[in-house]
Amino acid sequence: MSVNSVLFDHPGPSARRRNTVITVLGWLAVLALLGALGWGLRNEFTALKLRPFADGESWRFYIVPGLLNTLKAAGIAVLTSVVLGLALGCGRLSPVRLVSRVCGVLVEVFRAIPVLLMMIFWYYIAIYVLVLGREVAPLFGVVMGLTLYNASVIAELVRSGVHSLPRGQREAGLAIGMSEGQVLTSVQLPQAITAMLPSLVSQLVVILKDTALGTAILYTDLLKQLNDLATYRGNVVAAMVFAAVVYIALNFALTSLAQLVERRLRRSSRGGAPMDADRNLDAVNAGAMASQVETPGSRL
Amino acid sequence: MLQRFDLLAAFWMTLQLAVLGAVGALVLGTVIAVMRVSPFSSLQFFARMYVTLIRNTPLTLILFFCVFGLMNAMGLRFGESRDTQNLFWGVVAIAVYHASFVAEALRSGINTVPVGQAEAARAIGMPFLPSLRHVIMPQAVRGSVAPVGNVMIALTKNTTVAATVGIAEAAATMKTMIEFYPNFLYFIFALVALGFVVLTLPTGIFFTWLSRKVAVQR
Repeated sequence: MSVNSVLFDHPGPSARRRNTVITVLGWLAVLALLGALGWGLRNEFTALKLRPFADGESWRFYIVPGLLNTLKAAGIAVLTSVVLGLALGCGRLSPVRLVSRVCGVLVEVFRAIPVLLMMIFWYYIAIYVLVLGREVAPLFGVVMGLTLYNASVIAELVRSGVHSLPRGQREAGLAIGMSEGQVLTSVQLPQAITAMLPSLVSQLVVILKDTALGTAILYTDLLKQLNDLATYRGNVVAAMVFAAVVYIALNFALTSLAQLVERRLRRSSRGGAPMDADRNLDAVNAGAMASQVETPGSRL
Repeated sequence: MLQRFDLLAAFWMTLQLAVLGAVGALVLGTVIAVMRVSPFSSLQFFARMYVTLIRNTPLTLILFFCVFGLMNAMGLRFGESRDTQNLFWGVVAIAVYHASFVAEALRSGINTVPVGQAEAARAIGMPFLPSLRHVIMPQAVRGSVAPVGNVMIALTKNTTVAATVGIAEAAATMKTMIEFYPNFLYFIFALVALGFVVLTLPTGIFFTWLSRKVAVQR
């Protein structure tokens, strides 16, 4: 392990013995902790409280519609934020000063504002300004909030992807008589997108997780549906654990996809070298001022 | 309107959530990071599980679990008034969630230290602990300033999630204000958004400055 080789020597006989003892003690501590957790929650997982999950009705009226709404909001938001993100990212790289300035300001503003604030804002825009009605307004709010925020993240990914390419790519394009726009769309972007693909898939996890914020504006996503079910059946703890399992499973699938994509790209020689899936995403997600901090990190 | 709704009090609540949550996340995150890089497979396993599970769970869900589950359903209450109980569990949820990101940030700081540094320390005869103290940790901590700063900025923005369980912080207050004064929708939003910029911008500038100041030349 790379980490351990920086921090520790290869253990000798006595260190190995000590490590074994501490490892075993560690296992006991972990088991004790899990056991205490299970014992503390034992009254929350009785047959009575688990019964709602064996019920056809709760699946039909709560769980499945909730899951579909979560996937719907996430799906729409992914499409719109990729489109808007590419547009903003290209705009930011535009040689026209005005366009790149405006796109830059938009990206910084969208990144600095908390997603939930944005969702609440667009929810009320939908109700008071667009008069969409109380059924569509929550979805509109969730999708707009997610779109503007994640589009700005994707725009930053596009920018750092293009900047990570060798300068010669652009110069060669210009030298054979392509315009700036042509260089961007047919030389730089294809390579940049390949390079940013793993980060992009990682960002999908963020979008999926953030759909849960829709609860605040009464969007009937999985979390809200399970919470409603739990209020009605009196099993909040079990319902939340169930929700966590679903979210973790979905995100795990997405993360595995990101890793698969990354491995594929590392092997193929086409395009630029892919950026590390987690690299810079943290900085990009952090928002204000963070774009100047280029560090490896993890997705937030 | 501004007399009727105490926006400053709301931002004071946001600030409390952010600062207390940050302290909790830093402490817990450091413990997790140490476990993660320790040579003991049991502690590594626990830390890895913690980071994987928590990072893939929405913060809203963790908050619901704490407030509706642990506090309301199971009656685990800390503090006298309703407000302090809410604040306590809000801080716990924020700390638990961001601790996983802090742990990853610290680990990435350790990863920035080249193996050659440890080998060189050993080659000049430094024992384990001094090499850790004088050679590896100083570089690792410096390398993790910027990523930890990013987590802190995200944490400040994520305090808004507390609005989903009825904690009267900035986002919740903004919602109520808009409900009462829909005509001032844009003004209210701009005001609260500006408040968050005021909170996050100095944090960002500070951490950028700090990470540049302590950066390790390689």
